[in-house]
Amino acid sequence: MSSLDLRQLHDTEFPIPDEMNGNVAITSLSKIYNWSRRSSIWPMLFGLACCAIEMIATAAARYDTSRFGMEVMRASPRQSDLMIVSGTVTKKMVVPIVRLYNQMPEPKYVIAMGACASGGGPFKEGYNVVSGIDQYIPVDVYIPGCPPTPQALLHGLISLQKKIDGQSLANMDDVPWYGVGPSDPVPVPILGPDIIDPRQMELIRQQAAAAANGQAYGIRELPAAAMDVAAKKVAKAGAAGAVAAATATAVVDEATLAARLERRMEALSRKRALASKN
Amino acid sequence: MYGLGILKGLGVTIRHFFESYIEDIRYAGSKLTPTQKFEKRQGTDAVGIYTVQYPEEKIAVPERFRFVPFLVVEDDDHPDRPGHDWCTSCGICAKVCPPQCIWIVRSEDPVSKRPVPEPEAFFIDIDICMNCGFCAEFCPFDAIKMDHDYELADYDRTGTHIYDKEKLSKPFSFWRKIAPTTAWEEAVDRKSWEHTDVVKAKQKTGAPISVPGGLNDPYQPPIVPKKEEPVAAAPSAAGEAVAEAVPAAAAAPSEEDLAKEERRKKREAALARKAAEKAASEGN
Amino acid sequence: MTDQMIAPAAPGSLDSGDVAGYLKTKFPDAVKDDTRQGYSGVVIDRNRLVEVAESIKNELGYNYLSSATAVDYLGIEDSMEMVYHAYRTSGGGPLVFKAQTPRENAEIPSLIDVWPGADFQEREAYDLYGIHFPGHPNQKRILMWEGFEGHPMRKDWKEAYYEQELKPFDSRWPKGYARRAEELNMFGKNVKYPSDLNLSRLTDHSESSLYSGMGLGVDVEPVPDSEGLQTDKLVVNLGPHHPSTHGVFRMVVTLNGETIDQLEPVMGYLHRNHEKIGERNAWNHNMPFTDRLDYISSMSNNLGYAQAVEKLMALGARYTPPTYRAEVIRVLMVELTRIVNHLWAIGFLLNDLGAFFTPSLYGIAEREKVLDFFEAVSGSRMMCNYMRFGGVFKDLPERIRSTANLVNDQVRDFDTMKYLTELINDSLPRAIDEYDRFLTDSEIIKARTQGVGYLPAEMAIAYSAAGPLLRGSGVAYDVRRAEPYSIYPELDFDVAVRYNGDIYDRYLIRLDEMRESVRILKQILPRLEATKGESIFSGNKAIYMPRVPIGESYGRVENPKGELGYYTVSQGDPKGPQNPWRYHVRAPSFINLTALGPMCKGQKVADVVAILGSIDIVLGETDR
Repeated sequence: MSSLDLRQLHDTEFPIPDEMNGNVAITSLSKIYNWSRRSSIWPMLFGLACCAIEMIATAAARYDTSRFGMEVMRASPRQSDLMIVSGTVTKKMVVPIVRLYNQMPEPKYVIAMGACASGGGPFKEGYNVVSGIDQYIPVDVYIPGCPPTPQALLHGLISLQKKIDGQSLANMDDVPWYGVGPSDPVPVPILGPDIIDPRQMELIRQQAAAAANGQAYGIRELPAAAMDVAAKKVAKAGAAGAVAAATATAVVDEATLAARLERRMEALSRKRALASKN
Repeated sequence: MYGLGILKGLGVTIRHFFESYIEDIRYAGSKLTPTQKFEKRQGTDAVGIYTVQYPEEKIAVPERFRFVPFLVVEDDDHPDRPGHDWCTSCGICAKVCPPQCIWIVRSEDPVSKRPVPEPEAFFIDIDICMNCGFCAEFCPFDAIKMDHDYELADYDRTGTHIYDKEKLSKPFSFWRKIAPTTAWEEAVDRKSWEHTDVVKAKQKTGAPISVPGGLNDPYQPPIVPKKEEPVAAAPSAAGEAVAEAVPAAAAAPSEEDLAKEERRKKREAALARKAAEKAASEGN
Repeated sequence: MTDQMIAPAAPGSLDSGDVAGYLKTKFPDAVKDDTRQGYSGVVIDRNRLVEVAESIKNELGYNYLSSATAVDYLGIEDSMEMVYHAYRTSGGGPLVFKAQTPRENAEIPSLIDVWPGADFQEREAYDLYGIHFPGHPNQKRILMWEGFEGHPMRKDWKEAYYEQELKPFDSRWPKGYARRAEELNMFGKNVKYPSDLNLSRLTDHSESSLYSGMGLGVDVEPVPDSEGLQTDKLVVNLGPHHPSTHGVFRMVVTLNGETIDQLEPVMGYLHRNHEKIGERNAWNHNMPFTDRLDYISSMSNNLGYAQAVEKLMALGARYTPPTYRAEVIRVLMVELTRIVNHLWAIGFLLNDLGAFFTPSLYGIAEREKVLDFFEAVSGSRMMCNYMRFGGVFKDLPERIRSTANLVNDQVRDFDTMKYLTELINDSLPRAIDEYDRFLTDSEIIKARTQGVGYLPAEMAIAYSAAGPLLRGSGVAYDVRRAEPYSIYPELDFDVAVRYNGDIYDRYLIRLDEMRESVRILKQILPRLEATKGESIFSGNKAIYMPRVPIGESYGRVENPKGELGYYTVSQGDPKGPQNPWRYHVRAPSFINLTALGPMCKGQKVADVVAILGSIDIVLGETDR
């Protein structure tokens, strides 16, 4: 041990031997570290739509987020740890949201509150609505509901606390903000003819090239993918996986028929058994 | 005069602070259960602090509360068709859903290719669902209902937020538990606790139908007045209750009648339960 | 009706039937009756629109332009038209007039000189329909960003996730394999990128026109002041993320020192395509969407939409109006909503004045009690979705009760009528008095609000201001009295009015209105008892996809924020279509903002948030 320069220990790249992983010192340090972090999550004072009203109601006296150390809603992103995306994210609004997110210091967390922020919600089909904030910034907790009640939001906040509790200082994936250098900002979307995510520029180029060649532009013809969910389900039920190849016209093949027939027979026999018992 | 306003304001704050303790003192001597105290604090005459200590105490949601829908299936111990869907895949919920978040795959008969009243698959994208309750309201079979579980927060949505039939299905007894009054009203409208299809089938064969409030009613009537005496209070007068016919449940009785009616129903229910027990023991 | 009380002599007192005749005789070649089935009002030749409009306003006395909106009749008449609803502030029905234009190079002269309140509404029509308004000084996009491709409300414009023209979609049943729209359609097959788009040199133009409209090349411009000193004009952005803008609203202000030279509201950050979705929806589908307009007072939004569609249904043969009990319950809900909204609005006005969260807490505490009631009756705290065409969703429950479902659930069980009675007779008046006691005489509030944000009565009418903003300026105009609906004629209440037109009066008028609402609610209670057990629904509630006769209707209600109007058009299928052809919301929050710029001019920058707070906007409604 004497040969070890103790300063090396401060280097995050310092290799931790396998047997030392999950070391007692680190775990209890993690505990204290996480306890203090989760007990003072400062959300950003930032409401988007209907859910924001429920967020305010949660912060008010009846549900009272200060019991969780979250009452200090900061108007500045520089002082906040948590962004509660509370409501419909429009294409026009996603630009400021990404900017705000970039301005938040690490460690930062994002809660997608309500159906709209999670996946577009009832307004998803609209021309100005982003189908989920997670297409632009990483989301830690999703809270379904339209709008989630204050208690549902509190449950989400507790889920976030649990997530923070589960993070370990020993695992660099959990605490990337101690990595080397600042993390990369999320590229700000561009409001062109429609919203354009710079990260997808290459993909758009490919699509455009395809369109120039007269191929379908921007559409994934998805009969196969549409069947995907159904196929997964069938596979789960133990039926033959061949159904996955079913086309959009859904010609049900022998295996499914057999499985279905079997199920029905089984139900029938169960019913009969019950009837005879009575 | 400057400064007076601040003092007044602080006085208001401190009054609110102490009012909650005054509440505590006032109810300290009384024999209220914690539940009743909670009710007082969350009612119209609450004064002082009234915070709900969320994870330790939660406000139970009212019966009509609507969150993400669920599908009603028969109980596992249902005599005829355990676990069978109430849904007939008629598609009305999918049509009436404002954001169109319901997907239904209708079953087909493997041989005749004709539709079978049972969904092959049923999906609800809860990231689109707006909890409006139209599906439950317009379902002609009372097969889709709004759930009361709002604690759905999740770390991931890609794999989990399209609910499939397995995840959506909950037994009928669950619906009766979370919304006794509504379930009762619906059963009265259907004229049975059973699914409409079962009733039709039974009517054909002449099998007995369990009418809500009636002789074969296996369940407690839901409109129980508050602070009720225990159920055992029902006297076991046998004969005349059995002789009584099924009441016209849809008619709205007056208030005194209601109490009488309830007593009678309870007695009937107890009797029915007893009979069922007897039958069960005999069967074994 | 108020009209009949005035002697019929001057053209300004003609009733709406005669008004059309008067216009036709005065402008025989420019004005003709709208003879389409189910339509009313007159059609005006667009070339003479301004001239006729001036006559309508100055001679006939229709000084209040309530709504101006565009309709695209693609496939029916292949034209677009602007529909205007003008009212007299003395009360009475509307004068509906329309101007038509071909769809290509659509152009209708601007009416901003006649009614300045047409400003934002014409900009919206330009943005969403592409109708040009010659004479409009600031014609640019208002909800979408500058540079957006196309005019999305046109019937031939398809959004990225376009699936089918009308709901219900065929893909949902009977072969409904769930999939997410974005998985199917990565960039949207209908996103129309212009052919000259260069992806490698893509720039964001959405902001540039905003500043160019302010006459500033750069952020800072030297201006000599009265003493010849060089001072700077400074452009400051407030919002869209600003704690005091009540949501995602943005104001770009040009400051001369601390004083505001110019204020430009920028909106659309919550533009959720309510109307486009609404026209895809079936009639029933729109009801829960209206909840999300003014999400603090969803019950009132429901009522407005229900009334608009009921008006359309009344054009058909088989229509029975809502039952009396339904109307009683509706008024109960709407007035409770008004109290909730004003409690909220006052709380957050104080928030904007610097009192931070404390006054809001008092309001929210009361609001929670009402919300508990809403939750027990309709099923949701905020998104009530309670009204139906011809009635309400369900009668009030016998008891407000719950059952334990989750771990640690605490059950409550109240008698509904007892709860309501305590709420109305006791709890709510106490809260209103508390507000009054704490706030009205506060010297800080008086210093910050009296004489600030002054809006004179003529200006309030001209800018089509509505609700507390209008009545705070001394115009006693309340739709509940001016064009009564539901059971308001038989209820005893006063239209609250204040005359100073500043923030303080707008605060006071909200207190007054809450007291009037309590007065109404006290009259509702005995009616609720009297009608107990009566039907809450007329007609056949089981129809999940009602068909609505062809025609147009404009249903308006006095929302807490002002006059909320729904302009609906039913077209197409002769049996009565399932989907609205046009569904427009006249949003009070949106139109009230027209007056924000003029109100703020010359005020200090610190007062802007207070003035905005006194208008009481909700962005869900402003941007829709």
